[in-house]
Amino acid sequence: MIQSSFTERNLRILFPLPAVVFIGLLMVFPILYTLYLSFTSWNLTSGMDPAFVGLNSYLRVFSEPRFLHAIGRTFSFTASAVAIEVVLGVAIALILNRAFVGKSLAKLLLLLPLVATPVAVGIVFNLFYDPTIGLLNFALNALGLPQGRWVSSENTVISSLVLVDVWQWTPMITLIVLAGLAGLSEEPVEAARVDGASEWQILRYVTIPMVMPVILTAMILRLIDALKTFDIIFAMTGGGPGYASETLNIMGFKYSFEYFRIGQSSVILIALFLVVLLCSLGIMKLRASSEN
Amino acid sequence: MEYKLSKIGVALASLCVCAGAMAQTGEIRVLVANHPYGELLKLSIPQFEKSTGIRVNVESLQESQLTQKLTTEFATKSSTVDVFMTRPLQEGKMFSKNGWYAPLTGYDFNDYPKNIMNAASFGGKPYIVPLVTEWQVLYYRKDLLQQAGLKVPTTFEELEAAAQKLNSESVAGIASRGKGAAAVTQASSYIFNYGGQYLENGKAVFDSKPAIDALRYYGRLLGSYGPKGVTSMSWENIMPLFQAGKVAMWTDASVFYGQVVDQSKTQIPVANFDIANFPAGPKTNAPFIVSSWGISVASQSKKKDMAMKFLNWASSKEMAIKGMMGNITMARSSVWEDQIVRSKMNPGLIATRAFAAKHGTPVDRPYMSAVGEARDLIGEVIIESINTKGTSAKLDQMAKEKVTKVNELLQDSGEFGK
Repeated sequence: MIQSSFTERNLRILFPLPAVVFIGLLMVFPILYTLYLSFTSWNLTSGMDPAFVGLNSYLRVFSEPRFLHAIGRTFSFTASAVAIEVVLGVAIALILNRAFVGKSLAKLLLLLPLVATPVAVGIVFNLFYDPTIGLLNFALNALGLPQGRWVSSENTVISSLVLVDVWQWTPMITLIVLAGLAGLSEEPVEAARVDGASEWQILRYVTIPMVMPVILTAMILRLIDALKTFDIIFAMTGGGPGYASETLNIMGFKYSFEYFRIGQSSVILIALFLVVLLCSLGIMKLRASSEN
Repeated sequence: MEYKLSKIGVALASLCVCAGAMAQTGEIRVLVANHPYGELLKLSIPQFEKSTGIRVNVESLQESQLTQKLTTEFATKSSTVDVFMTRPLQEGKMFSKNGWYAPLTGYDFNDYPKNIMNAASFGGKPYIVPLVTEWQVLYYRKDLLQQAGLKVPTTFEELEAAAQKLNSESVAGIASRGKGAAAVTQASSYIFNYGGQYLENGKAVFDSKPAIDALRYYGRLLGSYGPKGVTSMSWENIMPLFQAGKVAMWTDASVFYGQVVDQSKTQIPVANFDIANFPAGPKTNAPFIVSSWGISVASQSKKKDMAMKFLNWASSKEMAIKGMMGNITMARSSVWEDQIVRSKMNPGLIATRAFAAKHGTPVDRPYMSAVGEARDLIGEVIIESINTKGTSAKLDQMAKEKVTKVNELLQDSGEFGK
């Protein structure tokens, strides 16, 4: 009949069509619209409609010291968090790759933080970190160790937030690397053992290089999310004390929904988009070269 | 084929009938805040539904998230919100500029104080019905003051002396908000009592000598005798400390009194908590008294009749008395004279309100459209003062820079000098 021959002739268009429409409407369009808004000076507090101003909003945002500090903080938070998560995650994966008593229970407990809701994690960690009634200072005091201000101090807020991120997301690296380790062939390891290599040498020169592409894949995935971290920072400090934990994403949120400077917040978000894009491309190149 | 078409036709027709029926049964969408009065409204809605037959689809959000949600919906011009709680001093100017409030002609505003109605009206027309009123007070621990042989402080000097005496490793002498933007409303009364202001005649003036003196005092007080990490604290962080007995005195809005003396939430026997007038400064005693929350109809609402019915009910005298009986301080003047209310309400709340109503200042923040950003800027100065216990050498320069920025914000929104 007429219908089925039309579908048959255009299968290659019809099958991907739903996915393309979805990506187009929910991903491509918002990015292009944000790009358009970044060339306007739309400010809801003025009560006026968006006005096209070219690169004016870009100039205003880039000349703000607060914007440059936010970029710096985004990188320092991400670099610390991802570095610790990768090292710790790989180490845990290597341990879990062996057989030992209680391995299933250990695996379950270690992976639990991953399923917790980030905002709930943030709220609980806030209570934990409270300088006066929090559990952490209480425990440190009981052990005779010095107490800290944690998220209430400009000096320790980023590291305190990194700790929460590491607690929650290291299991993700572990999961991915564990899958990679499980897929490795035994032969190179056995060959190295026969040649008299120590366990450490096997780990360093055989296992890790073989699983490196998987480690880098896990790192890319974690990096993209860490650069955009919003939930724990918003729930715990809102960017404070002052602006001490304000990353690009938090700053973009503030400019959009507290200052209502839609034009300038779009600039911040385009900047974040480019940062994430460039970092991901960089690591992907690294991964491609490590595969060779 | 014909059978198939007729099946589709019947389906479409019944869909239309259903849609029509839904539009006629009467359902409105109401957004309230996570505030004691918002909670009361939510609990009381079934009674409204029963007596009017109007179904209410209610959502409640934290205050800044409520503003963000309303702004996002109204800005897209496709909102289905009918009635919403609103903060006249925070978003009133911006919302009225964008034409998002429906005018409330025909509502009787006689029961509301004139100075509160000034913030609820724009261009001389009222758009918001004030619901809740709050004023700055001093909460304190009666037992701790008695043990230390101290009278309730009535001046800033007495306050600082008492804070110093009461301060210890385990109990902070005094607490007040230090979290930047959140602290601006509480620091306001300190500034007013030194004779300063945030804005005057549409220009930023918080770099004046009285204002800087006030901010130095605030910083010295909290930096020396405040709880650890106070620059990250707003009321939701201080209240649990106060309820756990870790703070001796707390200056904040009167609206938290009900929760402070709720024995199920407080670890200290509630008889040990009391409330007093905000202490006087060197110049005067004019703590803020404002309508923190009001209720409005959305101009984009397509069900304005039903929305007005809800608004009238939610802001009625009956509901206001219900609120007062729960220690929620309402804006209507008449409920404060009601004998049953007066017999049940804490005399401290009644007395402090009477004082603030007579002498108080009707704003607690720079009253402007870009108030969110202005509060962040002023908050930076407050944090700098607290971090240096009021001694910072950069404070005057910093305040001048922020005044310039706030004036730019006023100019951008066409409010400078007005």
